[in-house]
Amino acid sequence: MKTKSVMIVGVGGQGSLLASKLLGRLLTDEGYDVKVSEVHGMSQRGGSVVTYVRFGDKVYSPIVTEGEADVIIAFEKLEAARYAKFLSKDGKIIVNSQQIDPMPVIIGAAQYPENVLSELTAKGVSVDELDALSLAEQAGSSKAVNIVLMGKAAKQFGIAYDKWIKAIENTVAPKFVEMNKKAFDLGYNS
Amino acid sequence: MKKLMIGNSAVAAGLYDGGLGVVSSYPGTPSTEITEFLAKYDGIHSEWAPNEKVACEVAFGASLAGARSACAMKHVGLNVAADPLFTLSYTGVNGGMVICVADDPAMHSSQNEQDSRHYAIAAKVPMLEPADSNEAYIFAKTAFELSEKFDTPVLLRMCTRIAHSQSVVELGEHTDAVLRDYEKNPAKYIMMPGNAIKRHPFVEERTENIRKFAEDCIYNKVEYNSEEIGIITSGCSYLYVKEVFGDEVSILKIGMPNPLPTETIKTFASKVKKLYVVEELDPIIENFVKSLGIEVHGKDMFSLLGEFSQSTIAKAFEREEKEFVTADSPVPARPPMMCAGCPHRGMFYTLAKNKITVLGDIGCYTLGAVPPLNALDSTLCMGASVSGLHGFNLARGEVAEGKSVAVIGDSTFMHSGMTGLVNIAYNATNSTVIILDNSITGMTGHQQNPTTGYNIKGDPAAKVDLEALCRALGINRVRVVDPYDLKACEKAVKEELAANEPSVIISRRPCVLLKTVKHEAPLCVDKDKCKSCKRCMTLGCPAISLKDGKAKIDTTLCVGCGVCKQLCAFDAIN
Repeated sequence: MKTKSVMIVGVGGQGSLLASKLLGRLLTDEGYDVKVSEVHGMSQRGGSVVTYVRFGDKVYSPIVTEGEADVIIAFEKLEAARYAKFLSKDGKIIVNSQQIDPMPVIIGAAQYPENVLSELTAKGVSVDELDALSLAEQAGSSKAVNIVLMGKAAKQFGIAYDKWIKAIENTVAPKFVEMNKKAFDLGYNS
Repeated sequence: MKKLMIGNSAVAAGLYDGGLGVVSSYPGTPSTEITEFLAKYDGIHSEWAPNEKVACEVAFGASLAGARSACAMKHVGLNVAADPLFTLSYTGVNGGMVICVADDPAMHSSQNEQDSRHYAIAAKVPMLEPADSNEAYIFAKTAFELSEKFDTPVLLRMCTRIAHSQSVVELGEHTDAVLRDYEKNPAKYIMMPGNAIKRHPFVEERTENIRKFAEDCIYNKVEYNSEEIGIITSGCSYLYVKEVFGDEVSILKIGMPNPLPTETIKTFASKVKKLYVVEELDPIIENFVKSLGIEVHGKDMFSLLGEFSQSTIAKAFEREEKEFVTADSPVPARPPMMCAGCPHRGMFYTLAKNKITVLGDIGCYTLGAVPPLNALDSTLCMGASVSGLHGFNLARGEVAEGKSVAVIGDSTFMHSGMTGLVNIAYNATNSTVIILDNSITGMTGHQQNPTTGYNIKGDPAAKVDLEALCRALGINRVRVVDPYDLKACEKAVKEELAANEPSVIISRRPCVLLKTVKHEAPLCVDKDKCKSCKRCMTLGCPAISLKDGKAKIDTTLCVGCGVCKQLCAFDAIN
C-alpha cells in the first residue's frame, strides 16, 4: 500500500495532540507502519501547531510536504488556509468553522481573511466544513472539538467505528469517556 | 513487544533496558522527555539538576562509582556541559556513560542552530545518531557497552524530528543495573598535568580503535542498489533520501558520525559513479570524505540552514515536484504568545510603559519580546540577562542604571543567573534584576526545579529561598511583588531603579497553567461603558479582541487575572 499522509493542524491548546495520539494508536493496531511527528515546546503558547501522521506498509519520512497530504484535519479556518498547500491534488480538507484571531489580527496589524475557505473551494479544493465547536458544546464540553473532528474524519481511514470507540475508552480519562463518545458520534454522523 | 513511541521515550527505554543506574539532566526542548520518561521507572535514580554542567558531572560521578549513567540536554546545553565533557574524554569511565544531546535544526524552540557533531570531534568521543525511534532504542541501549569497551563517554545525538516523531519500536530484553567495583585510580581520574599528559595519547589511540570498530558495527549500514548513484547520509536525512529514492540508489547510512569509518567510505565511493553526502546543518561527513581525496557533492547542492524534507531532496536531484494550490488572501502569522493570565504580562506591561531597557533571558518570558509589548532588548543564552545588564551598565553608567533591568525566570536564575548576580554585587553596578518567579520551569512543559519545593517525581524536596539566596549573594535590596498588581509593579520598578545600590525584585506568581493554580471567574466587557480606547489591547492578552470596535473577552480563555481591569479608565471590565 502506498503511504498515506494526514495532517492535523490547529492552534496550541485545541487538543490536536490527543487527536494524533488516538489516530496513531489505531493505525498501529491495524498493523500499519506508522509515523507521527509534531513539534513540542512553543506549541503550547497559542501558536500554530501541526502534526503529521503517515501510515502504510513501510513509512520512511515522518513529515509531510507540499502537495502530499491525503487528508488535512483543520481545527481552525485560518490554519486550514495556512496548510492548504500541503494537500495533494485529490486530497480533502476537513475544517472546523471556528475562527480564532491570531495576535497580529487582535492588535490590528493584519486582517483575518474571511472568505478563505471559499477561495480554496473555487480552486477545486475539496473542503468539508463543520461547526465542531457547537457540536462539542452539544456533547457537553467545548474542549471536545478534537474528538468531534476525529469523528468527522474517521471514515477516511478505513478503521471500523467500534475500534474508534474502544480507542476513546482506552485513551481519555474515565469520567470524560461518555462525553467524548457523544462528541465522536456527533462528528461521525454530521 | 511493539510500541509506537517518540524518539525521546525510545531513548529512555533503551537507557533503562541497557542497565542505567543514574540519570541527571536539565530540561531543554527537544530533549526534555528523555528524562521525564526515565523518571517513571522505579529502581533507578533520576533528577533534574540546576544546569547541564552539574548534570554531566553527576553522571560522571555515578560512572566513577561504577554505575551506568546518563544525562540529557538540548544542543546549547552541551555548551554549558562542555567543560566536563572535554576532560571526561581523558578520564574515560568506569560504568558506561551516555550524554544525550538534542539538536534543533530550523530552531523550533532554540536560539541558534549549532551542530553538536562538532563537539564529538573536538572532544574526541564517539557519537551515535539514530534515524527513528527503534534505532534510538537500540543505540541508547548498546551505548553503554560501547562506552565501557572503549573507556569513553558516548554522545547520543538526537534532533527535533527524531526526538519528537513517533515510530514503532520493538522492545527487547531488560538488563538490570549493575554496580561495577570502585577502585581509587589517580592516574586515570585526577586530571592534573602529569596525569593528563599520559591520558592524551590514550585518547588519540582510542579514536583510531573506535574508527576500526566503526568499519564493521551495527551503527553504519550499506545498501548497494545502484552503481550510478551513491548517497552517504545519516539521521533523518536518511529517511528523506529513502522516501524519494527507495531502493533506486546505493546508500551508506552513518549511525556513528564520529569517528567515521575510513575504509567503509572508500569502498562505498569506489563502487558508485557519483557520490553525494546528504546531511542537515554543517558538512561534517562531507569534509571527512573530501579529506580522503574523494570527489563528492554535498553543500554545493544542499543548504547549511534548517531542516530538510523529502521535497528538499527531490528538488536537489531535480525530481518531479508535486502540484499544490494556495489561498489567495494573505494568511496572517500565528506566533506563540504569553497565555491569558500569564503572570509575566503585568511586569512586562510595566517595563514597556516606562520605556525600560530590558535584557532578557531564556524561557516563556522571551515572548515579552513580541508585539504589542515589544518589551525586550536582548536574549542571548541562559543567564546572560543578569551578567549582560552589569556590562551594559558599566558601559553606559548611571543613566543606564536608572533605566535598565534584567529579567530572568526562577529556573534560569538557578541555572546560571546566580553567578551573574554575585558579579553585580561584587563589582558594584546599581543594577536591578527582576526574577520572574512562576514557580516552575515553564517553557519546556512544567519541570520542577530547586525553587519549587518538589523533585522530578513530584515528591517534596528542599526549596531554595530566593530572597535569602539573593541577600547571601550580596544584594541588600530584595523585594517581592505580585505581577497581577500593576500599581505595585510600577512602584517597585521605579524605586529599585532609583536606588543607590544593586537590587532584586522577585515578581512572584505561579504559572497559570499549573494544575494547582485556581482560576478566577472570567471577566466581561460592558459594551455600553467601553469607549473603544483600546488600552486593554496594549497588554497583548489572547483573550481580548475587538468586536465592532469594542473590546470583547473570550470567556473560554480568560482566567480572571484582572490586569486588564486595572487599565480600564471607564470601569467597563468586570
